[in-house]
Amino acid sequence: MSQLKISGGTVYDPKNGVDGVIRDIWIENGRVVAAPTDANQKAHRVLDATGLVVMPGGVDMHCHIAGPKVNTARKMMPETKRLAEKVHRTPLTRSGTMGSVPSTFATGYKYAGMGYTTAFDAAIPPLAARHVHEEFGDTPIIDKGFFVLVGNNHYVLQQIRDNEPEKLKGFIGWLLNAAKGYAAKIVNPGGVEIWKSGGGDAAGLDSPVDHFGVTPRQIVTGVAQAAMDLGLPHPVHIHCNNLGLPGNWQTTLATMQALEGRRAHLTHIQFHSYGGNPDDQSTFCSEVPRLAEYFNTHPNLTTDVGQVLFGETTSMTGDGPLGYFLHQVYGRKWFSSDTEMEAGCGVVPITYKDKSRVHALQWAIGLEWYLLVDDPWRVAMSTDHPNGGSFLAYPEIIALLMDRTRREEVLKRVHPKVKDGCTLVDLKREYTLNEIAIITRAAPARMLGLDRKGHLGIGADADVTIYTPSPDIQRMFELPRYVIHHGELVVEQGDIRKTFEGKLLHVAPSYDESLVGDIQTWFEKYYSIQFANYPVDESYLHEHEVVATRR
Amino acid sequence: MSTAIAPPAIPAATELKVVKDATCTFCGCVCDDMELTVEGNTITKAKNACVLGKAWFLNHHAEERPVATIEGQPATFEQAVERAAQILTNATFPITYGLSDTTCEAQRVAVAISDWIGGTVDTTTSVCHGPSGMAFQGVGEVTCTLGEVKNRADFIIFWGGNPAESHPRHFTKYSLMPKGEFLPNGRKDRTAVLIDVRKTKSARAADIFLQIKPRSDFELAWAMRGIAAGVEIDPDIEKVTGISLDVLKDVVAQMKQAKFGVILFGMGLTMTRGKHINSEAVLALARDMNKYTRFTAKPMRGHGNVTGADNVVTWQTGYPFGVNLNRGYPRFNPGEFTTSDVLARGEADAAMIIASDPMSNFSQPARDHLRSIPSVVLDPKLSDTAKVATVAFTTSVYGINTPGTVYRMDDVPISLRPAFDSPYPSDLEVLKAIEKRVKEILQARS
Ligand code: SF4
Ligand SMILES: [Zn+2]
Repeated sequence: MSQLKISGGTVYDPKNGVDGVIRDIWIENGRVVAAPTDANQKAHRVLDATGLVVMPGGVDMHCHIAGPKVNTARKMMPETKRLAEKVHRTPLTRSGTMGSVPSTFATGYKYAGMGYTTAFDAAIPPLAARHVHEEFGDTPIIDKGFFVLVGNNHYVLQQIRDNEPEKLKGFIGWLLNAAKGYAAKIVNPGGVEIWKSGGGDAAGLDSPVDHFGVTPRQIVTGVAQAAMDLGLPHPVHIHCNNLGLPGNWQTTLATMQALEGRRAHLTHIQFHSYGGNPDDQSTFCSEVPRLAEYFNTHPNLTTDVGQVLFGETTSMTGDGPLGYFLHQVYGRKWFSSDTEMEAGCGVVPITYKDKSRVHALQWAIGLEWYLLVDDPWRVAMSTDHPNGGSFLAYPEIIALLMDRTRREEVLKRVHPKVKDGCTLVDLKREYTLNEIAIITRAAPARMLGLDRKGHLGIGADADVTIYTPSPDIQRMFELPRYVIHHGELVVEQGDIRKTFEGKLLHVAPSYDESLVGDIQTWFEKYYSIQFANYPVDESYLHEHEVVATRR
Repeated sequence: MSTAIAPPAIPAATELKVVKDATCTFCGCVCDDMELTVEGNTITKAKNACVLGKAWFLNHHAEERPVATIEGQPATFEQAVERAAQILTNATFPITYGLSDTTCEAQRVAVAISDWIGGTVDTTTSVCHGPSGMAFQGVGEVTCTLGEVKNRADFIIFWGGNPAESHPRHFTKYSLMPKGEFLPNGRKDRTAVLIDVRKTKSARAADIFLQIKPRSDFELAWAMRGIAAGVEIDPDIEKVTGISLDVLKDVVAQMKQAKFGVILFGMGLTMTRGKHINSEAVLALARDMNKYTRFTAKPMRGHGNVTGADNVVTWQTGYPFGVNLNRGYPRFNPGEFTTSDVLARGEADAAMIIASDPMSNFSQPARDHLRSIPSVVLDPKLSDTAKVATVAFTTSVYGINTPGTVYRMDDVPISLRPAFDSPYPSDLEVLKAIEKRVKEILQARS
């Protein structure tokens, strides 16, 4: 295969300590390779990046882009599409629809067009894994994977109740293999099961779960330990209890403390950082400083933000009771679906209004997190797409982080009381390009345990995004000059130049196979499909890569 | 695939095998616990299948038909693909229809072809649970997988359907009878209500049968919502619906007391007066009950993979059925872009019908128009629609001959385990060949 040289660009490759240095990147067979020792050797193709900014391809570690609830949201909201941007068919590309939940082809093109080359769907009931693989087959260009919901799985709850950590670990290993998933995800641990078994929710980390008698605390620590013991490249991915409720910061802090040094990723932490009284919305305020203080001193933890942006979007979650809560708050149409033995789900349209005190505070709380975490390697950019806003808002968030006057402009037009409920006004920090490169690619890749993503060192996947520097930061990040994925030029100034399916990234941890009999006995009693028809076979995977576990 | 014009030789296999965990695609139950005994090219036993499933498996005989016909004359596969591609690329308003009795893999390619040619794509949803789809877009839906019904549902309402005859294993496998995780005594732990205009076989299985007056489903559901919310309801409701207020109050009280309720509704609700507002009322009723307990609702889908069709069309275009791609991007409008309407108004100038037989069930004007335009038909059988096709492909049968994915009525995706090979190509193979040729033709033009 021919060599490609990206020549003369200003490179930001934080993992390799390269902070705005002019250098060439050599690419061969889809990987970054060393420059030839013979300085006169010519590449077969040269991409002139003189004056341009070169970064690794973006990595979205938490979004909702495929599977049953995403597709339900598409189905449920035709009204959001007519006026939205049209995605036209071209001789090379398929048509699609936008709105807050784009169709599959549009999702792939839009991520790639924005310079993101990898994305992970964050909440899949394993019973629906096959559906996700099918949608991934129609989500072009980007590499992708998904997290498997385990925090309300009945087998998991039983093993925790019975104090069987080996069986718990074996089951999660088996499940990730069966679904061809990437990581273990817990969503409102125990709370979803409470909702499913008669309504209600877990009040806090120590509320017992109906029928099982275990607590969210036990689920958090049990699964965190199992994920570590399995050597999964990404630790347990936690959506804490009490999402969205005023006063929930205490649950979040208690969750961090409960982990007692175990590795964990706390997702869309913005939604979990609220002070105030749950029964009185007017007391709603930020508790980011207190949480960030704990977070900063506990390096076992990483987070992504779940930034809120103003406008129309869709809340979609594996958190069934949360869906009901949002339906009650906003009175809009509501989808809920409970998956046997495994999970719940809620989908509700939502409009974040800048004149709403609560919404404007949510916006500010997200930014506080970016600005109050000392080490950018521990915070990843996310909107929890589409929950806080679309992934297409990342360039806007980058601009807000790099330019504090832009934040001040927004603060002038939002609800005036916001300043009293958070510390954003006092935060003068501005991100550098290097720090942006960390939170949008290097850090999420590292958190996911993807050794070949998020950097441009020798051996890295040749996923490269090349931007035209501009005083308009948002514009710069919205419209990369070139995007290269697996060594191929896929996007030029917003136009798709080449499409392919992209790779599935999944794990295949080894587990104690003698446990399968026990799993099967349980499965056959309660599921509505055959045990043999549960695992996803390789015919669904197309191009895929098993990411190694760590020992 | 054969290139010869003569019917493909059916290999005389005598080998005997058993295929376990195979899936029946005959109805929306999509039972995946079939144990098929296969002798050569026949299935001689279908353990666990119901009467309908047995008929589906055991009466499957490969017919001696040409792989393809053009204007009724035998043709090679390649000739037929060429003609199909010409028809589709020369049309200005081609419509793709059917899709509910084929695999998701084939559905994906069918939508792709419709996209490349700027056509319209629609599924049989538009003539069965299309109203439920529209209701869903209005109010949402609170639902669950069938395993949840099995494990938790202690109060079950069947509304506008006769599952005993249309979905024969629904009672035993998913809803009424099974012992569940939290219902150890099975049927004894459940209360079942049937709401229908006729006393069907299903009535025997129910504890409470509400025989309602035809065309009064909406009024009944609305009254139940009112009762649940504490609104005073006019006792005249009995004159409208045939059900007394006292009986209704009692049923609603029981719904509130249930731990986990479910309303399973059929086409008797969606295809009667009111259509999508009936579905909306029932979805809203189930939703409202979540103020008191957990309650869900679910349409009882008929065709084996109609749910897959809804999913595939949605993920590729953003809309579930009735999608027009003529402007280069998807637009959705039931009534405007749904096939029976498009044909009845004489709008389409070519059609591709996949695994469906509109000539046997569409209105006369729609059939007349379909007969008058060039069409491409994919069907294992010589259906009425295949008979009027310009190009007809004989295809293998999904689940019996070809692998692939189907979605059960509750969106659970299941892989098929075919019993024996067919000499005929699958829908997927035909559609892929057509897509390839369509793209070549379009490329040459641009
Ligand atoms: S209930 Fe339906 S899917 Fe199940 S065996 Fe009978 S016809 Fe087949
Ligand atoms: Zn999320």
